[in-house]
Amino acid sequence: MTRGRSVTTRWRFVGVLGVMALLFGACSSGAASPSAAASVAASMAPSVAPSESAAAPSQAAAPVTVEWWHISTTDPAKSVFQAIADAYHAAHPNVTIHITILENEAFKTKLATTMQSGQAPDLFQSWGGGIMAAQADATMLKDITADVASWANKDTINEGALKIYQYKDKQYGIPWDMGMIGVWYNKALFTKAGIAAPPATWDDFLADVTKLKAASIVPLAIAGKDMWPSMHLWTYLALRIGGGDALTQMVQTGDWNTDACKAAGDQVLKLNALNPYQPGFKGATYDNEAAAMGNAKVAMEVMGQWAPSVQAADSSSKKGIGADLGWFPFPTVAGGAGAATDGVGGGNGIAVGKNASPEALDFLKFFNSVENASKINTSNIGMSPVIGTESTVTDPNLQAVLAGRGKATFMQLYLDQATSPAMGTAINEATIGLFDGASTPAKVCKAITDAAAAQ
Amino acid sequence: MSATSPRPRVGLRLPTKWVTIILFLLPALALYVLFVLVPVVQAAHYSLYKWNGLQPLTDFVGLKNYVTAFSSDTFKTAVSNNLLIIVLSLALQIPFSLSLAVLLNRRFPGRAIFRLIFFLPYVLSEAITGVVFTLLLQPGALVDSSLNGVGLGGLVQDWLGDAGFVMITLFIIISWKYFGFHMILLMAGLQGIPREIEEAALVDGAGRWQAFRHITLPLLGPTLRVSVFLSMIGAIQLFDMVWVMTGGGPVGASNTMAIAMFKAGYKTSQLGYGSALAVILFAFGLVLALAYQRLVLRRDIEGAVTAFNG
Repeated sequence: MTRGRSVTTRWRFVGVLGVMALLFGACSSGAASPSAAASVAASMAPSVAPSESAAAPSQAAAPVTVEWWHISTTDPAKSVFQAIADAYHAAHPNVTIHITILENEAFKTKLATTMQSGQAPDLFQSWGGGIMAAQADATMLKDITADVASWANKDTINEGALKIYQYKDKQYGIPWDMGMIGVWYNKALFTKAGIAAPPATWDDFLADVTKLKAASIVPLAIAGKDMWPSMHLWTYLALRIGGGDALTQMVQTGDWNTDACKAAGDQVLKLNALNPYQPGFKGATYDNEAAAMGNAKVAMEVMGQWAPSVQAADSSSKKGIGADLGWFPFPTVAGGAGAATDGVGGGNGIAVGKNASPEALDFLKFFNSVENASKINTSNIGMSPVIGTESTVTDPNLQAVLAGRGKATFMQLYLDQATSPAMGTAINEATIGLFDGASTPAKVCKAITDAAAAQ
Repeated sequence: MSATSPRPRVGLRLPTKWVTIILFLLPALALYVLFVLVPVVQAAHYSLYKWNGLQPLTDFVGLKNYVTAFSSDTFKTAVSNNLLIIVLSLALQIPFSLSLAVLLNRRFPGRAIFRLIFFLPYVLSEAITGVVFTLLLQPGALVDSSLNGVGLGGLVQDWLGDAGFVMITLFIIISWKYFGFHMILLMAGLQGIPREIEEAALVDGAGRWQAFRHITLPLLGPTLRVSVFLSMIGAIQLFDMVWVMTGGGPVGASNTMAIAMFKAGYKTSQLGYGSALAVILFAFGLVLALAYQRLVLRRDIEGAVTAFNG
């Protein structure tokens, strides 16, 4: 259904109030202006009221509005999500799914402001991990463990993905996308440099970097301004050297002054010495990095399952490098405790706000049905963790990522999301210093440890 | 940034005139209190807590956030970057604007066109300027290839990626955006100076430079002092353009106080610490503004300390 039909006089009034409040809010530079929060509270008011009704929505049930905030501002995700919401409304005419689409950064700011005013949308974008934990501690989320147990368990949804949305053994959200970071490479450029097969070990990787350099090909793209792409590379080195248990311990204890952390830094320095990054990498954004790959200017990037679509979108041709693109798991480090099947990954999910109605959860179940979740795969929006959708992944590279996810013996959520926002930023800022040549391995480990201690 | 609001002297009986004034001021005053003064007080309050913005304010830490700020290398870099921009603006940007203003104050064909062209950058928003220059300064993009094309390839830098050069790049772009504004301001000042005075000096045998140095410059004083003031306040608040172009990078080399504040508040959810940075920034601006008004602008504004809004 379209928004236009549901607009009643009351809504229009609330809207005008909201716009006025936002306008006033825009005039003030205060961080948490009371007016912006008020406008959000006003716009969400109708969703909270009628939620006390029966558990199962029936035909004669009172009208319910489910507030859903997501951050997919572009197609295909935008229209696929709308279509799923429309389909649900068609089957349950009393339930209106009211979607608010926000740009990523705007979403984070608006959600924080809203929660400071004591409100939370029924359903909203989440990455799990540290931010979700903070929201749960602030009692902004609904414990849905019992409500979803029948349809969201290890037999229906990838267990590792599901766990990302658990905190202290309680479920607060449901994943709709789960992938794994690996190395994306340009097969044509590899061939040109005389590299027959993707490297399986870090030594081979470094040797291939040297071969690419010798063939005047830029081996690796990273993004100094955005910081996180190279952080993932560093995480993988720490994981391969120390193993999953050591990494988990570092995250949990906050003590990063470890051999694995320092050894990971030493390997980065070895890589740095080959001068492998694209020109201007220190000031580059992730989009610059993706464009370098998409325009076949660079041979490799360490990135997640979304890489092909972003490479295509950022390339001059809007098509990327097509069949030249390949994927291989991050290489193993000789003598390291980590297995080749250990992974770093993450994805997207939907968290459930504290006042969510049974209808909101029912919609979440509908959203994660095999039929709807398959649309995530077929539209290339992400990689659904719903079991039974695997066959709808057709791209060979994404199948490789999917196989990696399936075989994973250990899965570390992206470090900047597994930890608190402050820790995540500290890890990003510390590690980029290493890649920029402005820091040392010991300094990086100390900086992260200090940040953890300041928590 | 504005100084304290005027305090009307309240006698026992309020004259009708004051009642009228207060009534007229009330709407503006209410907005000002609600959206400026209250948030300032709130920020000062928050700055004494360790707070992630979600939980209730319970973790009182006293002045620890301020201690952290002043012992953090990141924030020290930020402060010194702000100071660097102030110094460079005063040393280079204002003199450049002044010389252009003097030049364009003379009569010559096409003068209006030049004025327009020089003023144009000021019309653009900071965000747009930032995006455009980010594209121009990409490795191998227009700036690099132009320099290479005219045989000045040796000057090519990693404009936004070199920690030692990034502030210079940013300063040049900030100057590009704002020199036109200062030029217009100074031209207005120049036009307020009666031409006869300079002509009389020239008749009396003064050289052009002498006339400028001893006649024009002193008479331009009030405008120049305001120009310097606006330039300083702008440098302290520097945020948009740097945020768009470098986000404070590489590795924190182009952080400013406002960027450090924004990162703490919105990126890392350290709202207590962010508030402390906001209070420091506020105090910095307030002290500088008041000192400048008291010491430098005093003779221009005689008595009315509140005559300017930075």
